[in-house]
Amino acid sequence: MSTHVDAPASVERKAPTTQIGRSIPRLESRAKVTGQAEYIHNLRLPGMLYGKIFRSTVPHGRIVGIDTRAAKELPGVFAVITGEDVRALVPEPYYGPAFHDQPVLAIDKVRYVGEPVAVALSEDPHVAEHAVNLIEAEYEDLPAVFDEVEAAAATDVFVHDVLKPAGMFPDLKHLHGRTKTNVALDFSLRRNDVEQGFAQADYVFEHVFRTPTVAHTTLEPIVSVGEPRGSQALTIHTSSQSPSFVRSEVARLLGWPENHVRVRTAFLGGGFGAKLYIKLEAMVAVLALLVKRPVKISLTMEEQFYTITKHATTVHLKTGVTKAGKITARHCEAWWNGGAYADIGPRVTQKSGFTGAGPYDIENVALNSYAVYTNLPPAGALRGFGIPQLVWAYESHTDLIARELEIDPLEFRRANILRNGRPQATGTIMRDTATVEVLDSLSSAMRWGESFDRGQGSVRRGRGVAIGFKACIAPTTSVAIVNLYGDGSCAVYCGTVDMGQGSDTAMAQITAEVLGLDPQSISVIHPDTDVTPYDMATLGSRSTFHMGNAVRLAALEAREKLFVIAGKALQADPSLLTVADNYVSAPNGQRLSISEVIKSCFLMQAGNIIGTGSFRPSYTSPSQGDGQSDDITPFWMVGAVGAEVEVDTETGRVHVTRLVNVADVGTPINPAIVTRQLNGGALMQLGFTMSEAVRFDNGQAINASLADYKIPGILDIPDQTVAEIAEGCQNTGPFGAKGAGETGTFAVSPAIANAVHDAVGVRIFDLPLTPESVYRALRAAQHQPLEDQQ
Amino acid sequence: MSAQLREISFTLNGKSVTAEVASHHTLVEMLQEQFHLYGARESCGQGLCGCCTVIVNGRSVSGCLYLAVFADRADVVTVEGLAKGEQLDSVQEAFVSCSGFQCGFCTSGFILMVNQLLEQNASPTEDDIRHYLSGNLCRCATYPDIITAVQAAATTLRKE
Repeated sequence: MSTHVDAPASVERKAPTTQIGRSIPRLESRAKVTGQAEYIHNLRLPGMLYGKIFRSTVPHGRIVGIDTRAAKELPGVFAVITGEDVRALVPEPYYGPAFHDQPVLAIDKVRYVGEPVAVALSEDPHVAEHAVNLIEAEYEDLPAVFDEVEAAAATDVFVHDVLKPAGMFPDLKHLHGRTKTNVALDFSLRRNDVEQGFAQADYVFEHVFRTPTVAHTTLEPIVSVGEPRGSQALTIHTSSQSPSFVRSEVARLLGWPENHVRVRTAFLGGGFGAKLYIKLEAMVAVLALLVKRPVKISLTMEEQFYTITKHATTVHLKTGVTKAGKITARHCEAWWNGGAYADIGPRVTQKSGFTGAGPYDIENVALNSYAVYTNLPPAGALRGFGIPQLVWAYESHTDLIARELEIDPLEFRRANILRNGRPQATGTIMRDTATVEVLDSLSSAMRWGESFDRGQGSVRRGRGVAIGFKACIAPTTSVAIVNLYGDGSCAVYCGTVDMGQGSDTAMAQITAEVLGLDPQSISVIHPDTDVTPYDMATLGSRSTFHMGNAVRLAALEAREKLFVIAGKALQADPSLLTVADNYVSAPNGQRLSISEVIKSCFLMQAGNIIGTGSFRPSYTSPSQGDGQSDDITPFWMVGAVGAEVEVDTETGRVHVTRLVNVADVGTPINPAIVTRQLNGGALMQLGFTMSEAVRFDNGQAINASLADYKIPGILDIPDQTVAEIAEGCQNTGPFGAKGAGETGTFAVSPAIANAVHDAVGVRIFDLPLTPESVYRALRAAQHQPLEDQQ
Repeated sequence: MSAQLREISFTLNGKSVTAEVASHHTLVEMLQEQFHLYGARESCGQGLCGCCTVIVNGRSVSGCLYLAVFADRADVVTVEGLAKGEQLDSVQEAFVSCSGFQCGFCTSGFILMVNQLLEQNASPTEDDIRHYLSGNLCRCATYPDIITAVQAAATTLRKE
């Protein structure tokens, strides 16, 4: 582990007060319960136009013509913009974090139903919406491909004529200029000899598991406002999880230096990965510059389904195991349905792909992971970055193996679990990872050794467990500033976006711990790229660790400067000073308030004491071909779930009575907020397990609304939802902490499927576990399949 | 769309107000554009998520579907009308102390619905709470803490 700015050893001593491990209420509590919290959703600017998007109705087609005349003639319409207008301002208007493949508005071709083709602008959003209905487009239909396995093997239908990797990632360079393929990344990992491992096994098991496309449905729909400042500068107000990326990508598109683009956010009404990279930002930037007015685009819930989804997957697993229950080899082949534009899909494919063998100590591993273009809406990150799809497969598979070997499923996992000091499949040695502790806590929380009521009559009960893990994304950078003002009050400037995970509060607690302040008194300045320094993004459970470390380093530097000034005023050795409750104290008992110290330097209530912190963990890129790396991640997250279910054998309905999730989060900064994140993650994944699936008909999403796409409501949650934090410490994290935002999601789906199997003896291989799918499986198991399956 | 505007008068959080609205304007649009109240907010646009909840004449409505003209001569209460100055109401206090929210986007709707629940039923069971709040969605799934917050608010209100 290395940091850009190492704190001097003299300031490493423990602060006298302890803010860490305290479940204080969130800083923004009052604003959120009074309706006063700021969201970009609320923003209205003088002279602002509303944009409404005209979208493709075909999954794959050449644009023959777009007729905007009637729309332009509608009274109140300010302008109607198409891809050709965009190209007049930006000759190469293609963006994306991994591939420069996505046009601001469709050019020449459309690649999915729902792709933006034109935008109508008006001061009245109703007029803009009406104008969209007057636009007509003519397409020459092209053959389309929807299934990820078929698309990967296709020889005649290609979503993109040529692959255009963004160039930021060395492992994508070999794909540059490749044609006649839909595979946007083919990651492979080889550890020892998987075929030899299968030869050593007494049994070999093979299964295929699938997950469907699902949707984020953030309740604050994706929204951006572009505000021109002359023709060479621009402000983008946006509900973004990655303001620094938006700035650099929009600057690149416009050919401007980054300092001409200002990107700011407010609170986000949910993110979950939907609001990463570029969503509407490039569009509102270009529109605002074209029409020289501020432009706001706020999606409807339906439009969110056409903007970003979570990858549907097909995962093929093959495992060799001895009679005694030792896993000797595992081969995992995963196809990721990336939709028409790569977004961050190739990163999901690689960063999650290398964990495809699960948190197990397996000598021989082969992993293949394919990011595949299809004619569906783009898929990106969704709370877990591909991990829940893989855990669904490998933990369903692992359970089937334990069941077949007649070994207790928890014992089978414990016997094969990857322990600290042992190499993960990449070769990176596992450290500070509480795999064993998580299984132990799960066992006791589930009262696993005790007898279990199996139900009676038509309602059968069962229980199941599962465990998953994730490597935090690397390499990434966070930079922070801690600023003490003349009156002794304090602000933290950081690019972490608070989208409900409580990062403002965590950063305030870290700062307060170092500077002896009340965390509730600290202001956390929301991301504004003209003000707050660089942060890679708020994603992948990285903020507590990366930004937490940067904030801690910034606070330590501010404290060091404060002590130098205070040392003069108190005539004491700065290295012997302490700070608590707003006072700096010398060993002889003399003390000065922080504001008095600052005044002693600036002679009045003036000036600032500023500390900066910059943090980037070390990293070794996996080698091309075998995917091996001695330093693949700064930390591992572990999440296990136990589920108790009731299955109604007459209807196939599954009711989860108890859901226990246990996580390794290191030492939590704010245990209550972490617990809430764990439960929230688990219950979100409960939706992806039980009911959620975006259904497509020839590429058209047919249930793109909350009426037809069922997310969990309060009646759908288990009778009991429990989150437990396992004993753990991430020694490289700020005060022992590591990320927690995704961990609750990892193992929910297979734990429930395993419990269903335990209850009624049937296995579901494809999510979601709807009553229909369970009932069909029950009928098939009784050799009485439903008529349409005979 | 160049619909005629009509003046309506109503009580908004205890004050008499007037507004100019077209027949197609929703209550949420009017509250945001003419009164700069953003606590009620449109999310699903179908009256399914509860983010746009507003109390009209003592009953909760979906402000994204409820037309503004229907508020004429009505008594309208939004989340901004619950606190007395700096003093939060008991439900708001309970949502703070139990952290019955994460991103906060759905919170206004939940708080208004919980107030309505506790007016009708001072001692709701967990089942009562779940059924009453089944029309409010929280994508952060803070439901367990919301249930705790409702129980805490009920306890406080019974003591008052």
